[in-house]
Amino acid sequence: MERTAEKVVFTRPEAMKNAVTHYCPGCTHGVIHRIVAEVIDELGIRDKTVGVGPVGCSVLIYNYMNVDFLEAAHGRAPAFATGIKRVRPDLIAFTYQGDGDLASIGMGEIVHAANRGEKFTTIFVNNAIYGMTGGQMAPTTMPGQVTTTCPLGRNTKDTGEPIRMAELLSALKTSAFITRVSVHSPRHIVETKKAILRAFRYQIDKVCYSLVEVLSICPTNWGLTTKESAKWLEETMIPYYPLGDKKTPEHSQR
Amino acid sequence: MPGIIIDRDRCKGCETCVEACPQQIIAMSKEINAKGYFYARVDDPFRCLGCRICAIVCPDVAIEVLSEGVQYSLFEY
Amino acid sequence: MAKKLMKGNEAIGEAAIQAGVRNYFCYPITPQSEVAEYLAKRMPEVGGMFLQGESELAVGNMIFGAAATGERVFTTSSSPGISLMQEAISYIAGAQLPAVFANIVRGGPGLGGILPAQSDYFQSVKGGGHGDYKMLVLAPSTVQEAVDLMMIAFDLADKYTNPVMIIGDGMIGQMMEPVEFKKPPPMALPPKKWAANGCKGRDPVIIRSLFLDPLRLEQNNRELFVKYRRMQAEEVRFERYNVEKGNKVLIVAYGTTARICKTVIADFKARGINVGLLRPISLYPFPMAAVAEAAEGVKAVLSVEMSMGQMVEDVERSVLGRAPVGFFGRVGGVVPTPEEITVEIEKLL
Repeated sequence: MERTAEKVVFTRPEAMKNAVTHYCPGCTHGVIHRIVAEVIDELGIRDKTVGVGPVGCSVLIYNYMNVDFLEAAHGRAPAFATGIKRVRPDLIAFTYQGDGDLASIGMGEIVHAANRGEKFTTIFVNNAIYGMTGGQMAPTTMPGQVTTTCPLGRNTKDTGEPIRMAELLSALKTSAFITRVSVHSPRHIVETKKAILRAFRYQIDKVCYSLVEVLSICPTNWGLTTKESAKWLEETMIPYYPLGDKKTPEHSQR
Repeated sequence: MPGIIIDRDRCKGCETCVEACPQQIIAMSKEINAKGYFYARVDDPFRCLGCRICAIVCPDVAIEVLSEGVQYSLFEY
Repeated sequence: MAKKLMKGNEAIGEAAIQAGVRNYFCYPITPQSEVAEYLAKRMPEVGGMFLQGESELAVGNMIFGAAATGERVFTTSSSPGISLMQEAISYIAGAQLPAVFANIVRGGPGLGGILPAQSDYFQSVKGGGHGDYKMLVLAPSTVQEAVDLMMIAFDLADKYTNPVMIIGDGMIGQMMEPVEFKKPPPMALPPKKWAANGCKGRDPVIIRSLFLDPLRLEQNNRELFVKYRRMQAEEVRFERYNVEKGNKVLIVAYGTTARICKTVIADFKARGINVGLLRPISLYPFPMAAVAEAAEGVKAVLSVEMSMGQMVEDVERSVLGRAPVGFFGRVGGVVPTPEEITVEIEKLL
């Protein structure tokens, strides 16, 4: 079937560069990147959006997103985005961060950005491990999960329990939209897009800070195939990281 | 008749689309692509519904979906 | 504009406003919290942006984000706070962004003390963060000079797309002196095509300091040092005080210490002994040629600092054996007295 413009019903969004990513086969960072790009296209904000990337697997996101991008210091993306929004509130800003970047070194920055109610959006990718540096334990690593820095499996008596960022941030009194989604199955990807669309809308309408925690697979460092990874995420991560809205500006604060 | 185009050399052989296709018509090729991966390809194009699920789950935007005539979708994306 | 009696910290804040800057991020720390307190009132009056961050570390990174949009932005802090900003400063230098930092220095190391010191010389001049980078470092010795330097700092930051630091000891921040805000001559500056302010009508920009390809990273480093060589050619600032052929001793001192040395020089002059002072205003680029020239024919050179001896190394590098180089310093917030300095100089005569 030859390809003519009007027949295409699904293709690379304009807000995504035509670059081949460095991500491992099956890694769902690629899916999340595409969803964010689709949302930017649909909201028509590509030419006034500035993204802030983390240090981690997605540090090279600036090669894949077709918007102005800053590469932040490890954990500091929320401070970068605060800087952008405070001096140019008319720009749309979002941070794209992994669990090591946001929940570990960047904990201070994310908590205070959310608490100040900074009007930017955070895409928080939780794959329960440090990917780029080769599979070390992250604050979100599951109990008993084997990583290169907890080779006998995470001992929560020694390193504490995995941190549920969405719940933690939703305990703040300042209004926000905080939800958790996943990209390990087609249905969940469809839900993720709705959540990210909603998050960016809150920013465009200057309503509140928004954070979407996205459970994502890391086949390489989990040591599983893509299919096994999706299953592990479903059976191990989701019971501990329940999906759904944790906080919305419409509901009264807890 | 709806159909998909898989960018052979963009595919990393992760097989996510193979699992996701409701019609189970995607399989891994026996040959390798430019990057050395067995790439995904459609076994039975006539049974493709154009539902876009393969493209939605593909982490590398390697799949483009084409449709002709009425395109009903099972979900909004 | 008539002269106004102002506290150094507040004058520094007002100077930025007078220079047209409308974005300030801060975190409280003695001895410069008054800058934040002043601007918390003043910025809203001029429609500016004031934000107190959760830490100096966060503030340093907010500066990066703000500067990346092309807007002018600054922060002020003191020694321990500036230490927390070192990572951000290294990123800002590596990504080649303009930003202004003021350090009202207090005694260290560690929590140290809250009284004036000059013990952050190495941190600011040699680079307190990782990698090969420099800040343009300017050291005022009066509140008026702090204002004047602050008002050109933003043009200099834009000129070199590099962080600029105004470094004054605690005295400069806490002292009250009459000041006026004179508009500096406009500087021709290139348009900020690099700014990340939305890719409308152009390709997206990427502002980063990460270059995984070593040759590309080396190229980035070389670009920085082209700028630093230009700074050495165009931004050296110093004051010659009583520097002349008949000098027996040359003092090299900056900031408040230099003012104390002027008293010492007056006392020696009254006794018919000729002592000169070479006061660096730019600590980077250090006025090496001026120091070398002033050291010609003197019996000795004395570096006087409120530290255990930091600038003395650059003085030695400049004098290069023309004369013996000595050092005298008080530290921890102890300010040297004219009498103490006089005793040190007499030893050299």
